[in-house]
Amino acid sequence: MTTEYNAVITEFDPIIGLETHIELGTNSKMFCSCSAQFGGEPNTFVCPVCLGMPGSMPVVNRVAVESTIRMGLALNCSIVPWCRFARKNYFYPDMPKNYQISQYDEPLCINGYLDVTVATENGPQVFRVEIERVHMEEDTGKLLHAGGAGRIHGATHSLVDYNRAGIPLIEVVTKPILGTGDLAPEVAKAYVAELRDLMRALGVSDVRMEEGSLRCDVNVSLSRPGEEWGTRTETKNVNSLRSVERAVRTEMIRQADRLRSGERIIQETRHFNEETGDTTSGRSKEQAEDYRYFPEPDLVPIAPSEAWIEELRGTLPEIPSVRRARLQIDWGISDFDMQSLVNAGALDLIVASIDAGVQPAAARKWWTGELTRVANERNCELEELTVSPSDIAEIEGLISAGDLTDKMARSVFEGLLAGEGSVSQIVSQRGLVVVSDDASLIAAITAALADSPDIAEKIQGGKIAAAGSIVGAVMKATQGQADAAKVRTLLLEQLGVKE
Amino acid sequence: MNDLIRQSAATLAGAIARKEVSSEEVTRAHLDRISQVDERVHAFLYVDPEASIARAREVDQQIAKGELSSPLAGVPIALKDLVATKGVPTTCGSRILSGWRPPYSATIVNKLHAAGVVSLGKTNMDEFAMGSSTEHSGYGPTHNPWDLDRIPGGSGGGSAAAIASFEAPLAIGTDTGGSIRQPAAVTGTVGVKPTYGGVSRYGIVALASSLDQAGPCARDVMDTAILHSVIAGHDPRDSTSINAPVPDFVAAALSADIRGMKVGVIKELQGEGFQPGVLQRFKQSLEILTELGAEIVEVSCPHFQYALGAYYLILPSEASSNLARFDGMRFGIRVDDGNDRSVEQVMSATREEGFGAEVKRRIMLGTYALSSGYYDAYYGQAQRIRTLITRDFEAAFTEVDVLVSPTSPTTAFKIGEKLDDPLAMYLNDIATIPVNLAGNCAMSLPIGLAPEDGLPVGLQIIAPAMADSLLYRVGSALESALVDRWGGLLISEAPSL
Repeated sequence: MTTEYNAVITEFDPIIGLETHIELGTNSKMFCSCSAQFGGEPNTFVCPVCLGMPGSMPVVNRVAVESTIRMGLALNCSIVPWCRFARKNYFYPDMPKNYQISQYDEPLCINGYLDVTVATENGPQVFRVEIERVHMEEDTGKLLHAGGAGRIHGATHSLVDYNRAGIPLIEVVTKPILGTGDLAPEVAKAYVAELRDLMRALGVSDVRMEEGSLRCDVNVSLSRPGEEWGTRTETKNVNSLRSVERAVRTEMIRQADRLRSGERIIQETRHFNEETGDTTSGRSKEQAEDYRYFPEPDLVPIAPSEAWIEELRGTLPEIPSVRRARLQIDWGISDFDMQSLVNAGALDLIVASIDAGVQPAAARKWWTGELTRVANERNCELEELTVSPSDIAEIEGLISAGDLTDKMARSVFEGLLAGEGSVSQIVSQRGLVVVSDDASLIAAITAALADSPDIAEKIQGGKIAAAGSIVGAVMKATQGQADAAKVRTLLLEQLGVKE
Repeated sequence: MNDLIRQSAATLAGAIARKEVSSEEVTRAHLDRISQVDERVHAFLYVDPEASIARAREVDQQIAKGELSSPLAGVPIALKDLVATKGVPTTCGSRILSGWRPPYSATIVNKLHAAGVVSLGKTNMDEFAMGSSTEHSGYGPTHNPWDLDRIPGGSGGGSAAAIASFEAPLAIGTDTGGSIRQPAAVTGTVGVKPTYGGVSRYGIVALASSLDQAGPCARDVMDTAILHSVIAGHDPRDSTSINAPVPDFVAAALSADIRGMKVGVIKELQGEGFQPGVLQRFKQSLEILTELGAEIVEVSCPHFQYALGAYYLILPSEASSNLARFDGMRFGIRVDDGNDRSVEQVMSATREEGFGAEVKRRIMLGTYALSSGYYDAYYGQAQRIRTLITRDFEAAFTEVDVLVSPTSPTTAFKIGEKLDDPLAMYLNDIATIPVNLAGNCAMSLPIGLAPEDGLPVGLQIIAPAMADSLLYRVGSALESALVDRWGGLLISEAPSL
């Protein structure tokens, strides 16, 4: 933690708030039967409804409503007995109707909470994040600005892909999160991670962050202890766990600088720069658009019955916190270790690796060790690495069959991370073959002994530990492709020494 | 069969079914009539004679093979130009949509197609259905067949004039505040605004979603009943459509028995602002209803005085949002699309040029009414009035079976007469608007000519929501009594053009 950041904390209390949009994994769109899958040739998953053709009308996707209710229940929310959609009016070419069908003052789920755990030096600390609302809305299309810097300013023209228009979104809004102190960035990150895991556990979304299916708006304000809450800024479209943490931190530092120099914080939206980690000013609330919300007259109210809600409650799976507690006991690891691997985003990957046949300890070792280090280095999520749980299972299989050494396994990972292909391709391309041919090993041992004649004597004299240097020399000579244990056995045999 | 264009849809359907005449002959007769008179009436914005005849032949073949059993098989129809029809120009009477051919058809178009009804073309209307005279069309006004210098009502003036001038036996209209009923009244035809949700809105370009309702237009009550039964019914593509069996409207029209029924006269919808000849014909109709065995009762609907104000907040609010999609990006015209123009500039130029004055007026009204800080005072308050008007109806219907009033305060006025006075124009719909606000159903049917100007007068029958059958029972009873007196439909008095 930087001294700059520590200085902020000694002077100010942060208040954070998060609005998270997640694309639901429904088959069809929110208000029509077009496919909701990601990608596709531009403008192929479209129809009169999601193109906003004159006369077309929306019909609510029942599965999306079910997903939202289940999410609300998992977040301990009340499900309202009656609510409506509203129109949010603004002109923008990525919106076919020039209004977005959303929920405004009548969300489907209200007043819940989500407990999140943050690892600290003093052990895990639990924060209860209160949820204000969970509601549904439709996504917009995607704009591609051609010419210039790829932004709307300076572009010669823009292209629109409406495949995304109308994909169901769920928006989860927290109440202001108080009392996090210096842990504000970690709490923000842990909350989004927990939310993501919950969505996945519920099966309502597979939350592919790299495809932008989770987008976070991060609200931050600072106040001196005992003073009124400060003015907040809203940093839009923060798209990864790591970025959420960074956005909170840099915005806290930026606001503290301004406040210290006697300037005021402008209530505004800000953009997060993934490369620099900085936030830059967007449009200020003072010139904000008036969205002229009103109830969507083309749709009827949603009035979920008690029976339906209870039926959906019955479909809730084991929630992530309970699952974590169970896995922690199964694996016999400490709170701290569990929390670290959760924070690293490794839990699901480890479980998937175990499911693919890897021993739990080995799965934990790879994901929290080498791979976490690389992810940190690259500023990305573990799941964005080009290593999959099945790759790990394959590598572990080769190790236990004696076909790969630990050192060679690391080389395979290097290859995977560099995108060199599949495990077997990398093994053959990099020539990673364990030298198990006795004759060549014995030749290498003989050569090594000839280089250091005194060592043979030492070993034969009873100093078996001295064998290490010969084994090392043989490993070096075979470029690590020998099995060290085997070299040792052959060496001792050759010298006629028994352990 | 002689004079095909003067027959009712029911008569034509019967003759076609019995193969006394073909759909092709009937369709040709109407296309001929259109080519003879529409230059003067201007009811149609689009006619494709070859396509209509090809379709009629197809229907004739289906009938010959016994594949079609529908009460309207082979009968031609005119569609108001806001009904999306696949591949056929659909302009909503607006320049902004000129050239747009929808990639899909409205649910009612599919229903009409399945029933073997043959489309003659698309009819003129006030731009995006905003108006009571069809003068606000982006393509020039429609003329009233009774007097070509007068308006045919609006917004569905094209559909009403097409029927009144015998260019079509049937037409589809839409009614947001009276756009089916007021044109019916001033052209001496019959028009029904069904219960909200009774006919699918899918594919009908929205003016104000919570008020819009498509319905049948014809020259007599039975024809509206038949057409209504063909287009009615639940549509999974329209969430606001009613999921209940469609009542037998034709049986209701056939029964025509109103003995013992209580008919309420709305105190607030007569007197001041109503033309004397309109009130005179209205009073005569009440006498006929009494003779037919109904009991006339006066009822009060005290909140109707606020209906116009509430309507002109709710309608523009919804319209301002519904019309936002007309921005030149995906369909219709695009204006000032130079390389140095931003998307905002193109949207703005397109809307500036594409929309007419009345549309702009209402978009501005609605945008203002929905603005933050004004929402509660305008839109919110209007919705509360809407609730009170609904309660006025509910209270009245505990006392009476149906309500009646003059459909429109005056007969057809002169083209240009009220164009510069929006408020005077808006007052045309004073009697029809409360029905849209409450979502129940109503019919307008001709009850005679006003003595002072010799122009048609309409009477409005209002029934509770989902009790559309009552409209046909009462309307049919009154119509047959009037026809007995006149010796034929009022429309036969219209000039032959």
